[in-house]
Amino acid sequence: MDAFWIILTGILVVASSSILGCFLVLRKMTMVGDAISHAVLPGIVLAYLFAGERNSILMIIGASGIGLLTTFLIEFFHKKGNVQEDASIGITFTSFFALGVILISYFAENVDLDQDCVLYGEIAYVSLDPLLIGDIEYGPKAIWLLSFVFLMVLAVIIPGYRSLSLTTFDPNYAQAIGISVTLWHYVLMSLVSLTTVASFESVGAILVVAFLTVPAATAYLLTEKLKSMILLSILFGVLASIIGYYLADFSNGSIAGAMATASGILFGIVFVGKRLYDRYHRLTTVSQN
Amino acid sequence: MFDLSILYNPNVLYVILGCLLMSVSASTVGTFTFLRKKSLIGDAVAHAILPGICLAFILNGTKNPLYLIPGAFLTGWLSILLVDAITHHSKIKQDAAISIVLSVFFGTGIWLLTVIQHSGMDNQSGLDAFLFGKAAALTSFDVWVFGIVALLLIAAIWAFYKEFQLLSFDKDFAQSIGYKTQLLELLLSGLTVLAIVTGIQAVGVVLMASLLIAPAATARFWTDKLHVMIFIAILISSVSAIIGASVSYIVPSMPTGPWIVMVLSLCAVLTFIFAPGRGIVVRWLKQRRNQKQMLEENILKTFYYLTQTTSDTDKAYYKLTDIQKQRALRESELNKGIEALIRQGYISRERDKGTKQELYSLTKEGLQQGKRVAHLHRLWELYLTEYLHIAPDHVHDDAETIEHVLTPELQKRLETILGNPEIRPEVK
Repeated sequence: MDAFWIILTGILVVASSSILGCFLVLRKMTMVGDAISHAVLPGIVLAYLFAGERNSILMIIGASGIGLLTTFLIEFFHKKGNVQEDASIGITFTSFFALGVILISYFAENVDLDQDCVLYGEIAYVSLDPLLIGDIEYGPKAIWLLSFVFLMVLAVIIPGYRSLSLTTFDPNYAQAIGISVTLWHYVLMSLVSLTTVASFESVGAILVVAFLTVPAATAYLLTEKLKSMILLSILFGVLASIIGYYLADFSNGSIAGAMATASGILFGIVFVGKRLYDRYHRLTTVSQN
Repeated sequence: MFDLSILYNPNVLYVILGCLLMSVSASTVGTFTFLRKKSLIGDAVAHAILPGICLAFILNGTKNPLYLIPGAFLTGWLSILLVDAITHHSKIKQDAAISIVLSVFFGTGIWLLTVIQHSGMDNQSGLDAFLFGKAAALTSFDVWVFGIVALLLIAAIWAFYKEFQLLSFDKDFAQSIGYKTQLLELLLSGLTVLAIVTGIQAVGVVLMASLLIAPAATARFWTDKLHVMIFIAILISSVSAIIGASVSYIVPSMPTGPWIVMVLSLCAVLTFIFAPGRGIVVRWLKQRRNQKQMLEENILKTFYYLTQTTSDTDKAYYKLTDIQKQRALRESELNKGIEALIRQGYISRERDKGTKQELYSLTKEGLQQGKRVAHLHRLWELYLTEYLHIAPDHVHDDAETIEHVLTPELQKRLETILGNPEIRPEVK
């Protein structure tokens, strides 16, 4: 049963993040996603202090707020301050992360969070924290939370698909026909923050980046169409979760780490395969001519 | 709570000295990675070091830095090569390539680390110091290593200063005059990896990026000269290292690395906002001043056009609505501009005795100013049509902006080029 819950958790994280990841990859904003995933740390610590427990709604909202603030600050320093974008990203997320670590050290007695958990989470304990209503268990809490986030992502992406893809591919045209580029930028970033925060406990702040970027980039190698890219990225993500789980089970290591490794291996296979295919394809077309 | 005497402890001095040396190395190479817009590759390298350390430990079974550091160096360097390979050989852009390398290497590192921890190998505890750094536990041996690395880096940069400078600012030119840019890039990335491998032991994987980026980005706001920039970056990071390391001793249970980063970030953010010349506040003020000047000049110009339509130029009185008919200006803006112009003595205000309406007219100085702007506008239009042969219906918008920035010297040159044309203001 544990295996089932763990893989399901992985799949839920991967499903939300690969959908969002496709847009991040196309918008060349994956490093902003990376920054958000680090920067939410102080939000998580503060919300945890106030709420006194993990996985509360307050925690999600508080930390997502910091995620949005990060996006805003990166833009602000870059656009208003003329700071190079890479530097703006690097300075913003390290500041927030440092603040988070300081807060954890300062409130060490009141906050049951440790730094390891922040970096790579503990997906193996998912099933130890069930949702209790009255005396009845309704499955792991994390599953409910991640399902909620996944539905939120779908509820925004499906109706907003046209606007999101237009603002991604041709922001000038989108603006001209009255779609707010800024609004959709922040909608996307809110979803990224939400997903990051909800996933942090199971996969950790850094490994969620693997799920945001790697499956989407793998799919991007294979297709030009956004819809098939999203579907393919979910497929690669799900594969990575399953392979990763058994890799970790076999080697007795971190499940989240193994899942990230598996997604990297899939990327490597597709990358090399695509190169070989292209070369073969080119050779055959040349010889036909 | 605050006990300053602890700072005299030799162990504390090791920590402060270690952090100082490490910051000097990081900020020196960081200046070059920043200028080459490759700061975030430093972040990827920092993360990619973890699997190298774990592999080296698995292969040798010791925590001897002589084995771990080459392992770290290898995967760190590999990560740079992989980012380059992915961006060169596929349509994936640099940001995604960095994210992929960073997260996959780090994930693998975490996986290997946990495998080691669960395997019960002897002597494995402490490997995870690389995750968060162990600044508080730096020993005299570490300080020696940091010192040697810092000297090595500075010597290398000293020796290749001109080459690295050219590589950072104009790689194509460097290549064209026969520099072996690929070799130089390899050397520079090697130095970067070296700085990161040592620095990571003090502040950990995540915060290493800050030590590379923040000093350089801050220094960039204070100077245009590379050697001054390096000097300022070193200065800022040294001060931050000393303050950060001291805080962690003065206030109990405070981590060193995060405090160094907080001080660095504080310097950076204050600089971005308040730096003279380039800071956000200064640029905002400058922008406001320009907007104010443009508004005022536009009002005077419009007044001037109006006076040209009536025969009696000295006694021309207008209502604000007359201006708005000529030029779409918001009422609040127009009022602000008019008030300022009255204060400066370019416009005078009178009240009509019969209708009690407020009427405005140009003073003599105002007339001159309005004429000057209208003249510059027309001069630029003429320059574009006569000299650059641009269609007459395309030149107005351009002249609308240029008229506010033409200096008397430029005006004279334009007039010479165009053969001192007789300019009649065009009435709109």
